[in-house]
Amino acid sequence: MNTEIAGIVLMLVATILLAIPLGNYIAKVYQNKTTWLDFILNPIDKLFFRISGIKPEREMTWQQHLLALLTINFVWFLFSMLVLMNMGWLPLNPDSNPSMTASLAFNTSVSFISNTNIQHYSGETAVSYLGQLVLMLFQFISAGAGMAVCAVVFNAMKERTTDKLGNFYNYFVKSCTRVLLPLSVVVAIILLFAGTPMTFKGKDQFISMQGDTVNVSRGPVAAMVAIKQLGTNGGGFFGANSSHPFENPNYFTNIIENISILLIPIAMVFAMGTIIKRRKFAWIVFGVMTAGFIIFVVPSVYMEMKGNPAISRLGISQNRGNMEGKEIRFGSAASGYWGISTTVTSNGSVNAMHDSFMPLTGMFTMLGMMINSFYGGVGVGFLNFYVFMIISVFISGLMVGRTPEFLGKKIEAKEMKIATIIALLHTLLILSGTALASHLYAHNPQAYATWLNNPGYHGFSEMLYEYSSASANNGSEFAGLSANTNFWNITGGLIMLLSRFLPIIGPVAIAGILAKKKYVPESAGTLKTDTVTFGIMIFAVIMIVAALSFFPALSLGPISEHFSLN
Amino acid sequence: MKKHILPALKLSLFSLIFFSGIYTLIILLVAQLAPNKGLGQTIEVKGKTIGYALEGQNFTQDKYFWGRPSAVAYNAMGSGGSNKGPSNPDYIKDVQNKVDSFLVHNPGIKKENIPAELVTASGSGLDPDLSPNAAYIQIARIAKARGLQESKIKAIVDSHIDPAFLGLFGTVKVNVLKLNLALDQIQ
Repeated sequence: MNTEIAGIVLMLVATILLAIPLGNYIAKVYQNKTTWLDFILNPIDKLFFRISGIKPEREMTWQQHLLALLTINFVWFLFSMLVLMNMGWLPLNPDSNPSMTASLAFNTSVSFISNTNIQHYSGETAVSYLGQLVLMLFQFISAGAGMAVCAVVFNAMKERTTDKLGNFYNYFVKSCTRVLLPLSVVVAIILLFAGTPMTFKGKDQFISMQGDTVNVSRGPVAAMVAIKQLGTNGGGFFGANSSHPFENPNYFTNIIENISILLIPIAMVFAMGTIIKRRKFAWIVFGVMTAGFIIFVVPSVYMEMKGNPAISRLGISQNRGNMEGKEIRFGSAASGYWGISTTVTSNGSVNAMHDSFMPLTGMFTMLGMMINSFYGGVGVGFLNFYVFMIISVFISGLMVGRTPEFLGKKIEAKEMKIATIIALLHTLLILSGTALASHLYAHNPQAYATWLNNPGYHGFSEMLYEYSSASANNGSEFAGLSANTNFWNITGGLIMLLSRFLPIIGPVAIAGILAKKKYVPESAGTLKTDTVTFGIMIFAVIMIVAALSFFPALSLGPISEHFSLN
Repeated sequence: MKKHILPALKLSLFSLIFFSGIYTLIILLVAQLAPNKGLGQTIEVKGKTIGYALEGQNFTQDKYFWGRPSAVAYNAMGSGGSNKGPSNPDYIKDVQNKVDSFLVHNPGIKKENIPAELVTASGSGLDPDLSPNAAYIQIARIAKARGLQESKIKAIVDSHIDPAFLGLFGTVKVNVLKLNLALDQIQ
């Protein structure tokens, strides 16, 4: 087998083999069971709770959970704005990088608290080390918040009737200290020994072999890259993200980072199976997600390895595939695989420039974000999938003439309304954003000429990608788009806000309402949810609701570009 | 809201101390054991730093192996790719120009043997590596510029090839900076 393909197979198998035990561990954490890390983490957690005046055993209703979540996020937003707009004169700024403008700070703050990590700046020259450390803090806590609300939903899915769904701060702190922190320490140490810098010294200067003076950016990189991957954050230390040799030094670190991208989102599914004691159901969910993932990976890797027909026509050799925007040490196969990994989860870090992907690869990366629940972001990915499950249960219930029941709870009009609104919100935000931007551009191409780096279909794709990324809280970009303008900063920021919090509020509300309903034990008349048939049903609903709504837009962008190339 | 604001403030402050502070310090401490204490591995000649092992640098002279084209001219303070789309006519023209210029500097090379990675920009703009083919194809030019036998340079390339990870996974590559250092050391 080709070594590039073998590398991909290795990554996928290793990810799944690691995600299963991690899922069991996460289940233990959320059920307050003992784990082998207790000896060091129990005192730390206690310190967190004591200093913050939190009683972790005090249970909350779903409304209280949401209130706690929104309040703390508001605090984070204000704090982030304060730091980003003042870091120029604050300490830890050896390279004298400037403070951000208000519109860029707004976009960046929303981007990091919403676990998106869209970056309309380059880390080398636009953020101080203090700024980087604060952004890294958000990479921990925004991921922890997403996992915490997911734990609330797991708790609500259990076979019982209750409105007490655990303590938000307890789930939040434990997600950060017991899942994200230990894994980050391991990944950061691996990166350190592969050569990723970790220092507070500013840029270095040397004379190159040809006599040029070269300035080299450094910084506390290893610590940030670890959590950026594990927390499906994706915000890189350097502009080039994980294609930068300091962020991702070799093929081995690429394997580790790519595993880190997918690890927790997959593990959360297995954790769910353990917590609600339905392991077979977890395997069905995992199967649907993985089927979607592989369906996107195969054609993308194929397109990248095959190369660009327009380059072939120049008469040169393309043995290594489409290498524009890619690094030799990863190759086209591992870059295509990463492209899909980072977009089906809401990670958004890149090891190759997505703008230079082949058109259909670009389309599959966009579809990953448009569906946003084939694994999805840490915690929130499962919430998106949960919405699709509710819709699937309802539709299949109607098809076979049975009362729609999900895990022993009746699904009624109120839950369905919420689920439908949430499922359609994503489509609405992406398409109306793209429509607005296209309208402005089409009616005044001179004024907005600097927006796009590529003409024609691909230029449209750049705009569609930006809003897909914002709405999926992904953070990757077709980086040719010059997005550091008031228009993109503000519209993107608003979309990130709406698409972070509404798709959390919706599923938590549904789960909370269902948890309070009477538990109906399964009978012969119950629609079984842990079967392959139901898995296929969910898959079909996702494809019809999410993927097909975007078909017209995708036809205008990547599909047209594909046919124009051949 | 009011009930949650105080815990939120305190929790955020302590998270800042813990994740931005203590976690960073732990990694910084471990970094002291890592190669070059986390400052990035440098390559030195006669006590002077001439480059970073992981980062590519600009080579344009005929006597050196050239690395990948860089959209940022190997600016190690401003990494990035070209972000050109595959169908962009300007981009295709740009690649064509690179092919033409390569042929001018490397007479006798057949166009169909030029590997695309030598005329397309890397993702970071700092790609330190080449594929072995992209190095082999430059041997004739370098041999002529240095007045050396081609076989001698080919031996240098062969001895610098990094195999795939564990021999099984990923790509085969060769580090440009190390190749060029080896070239300078022959004379």
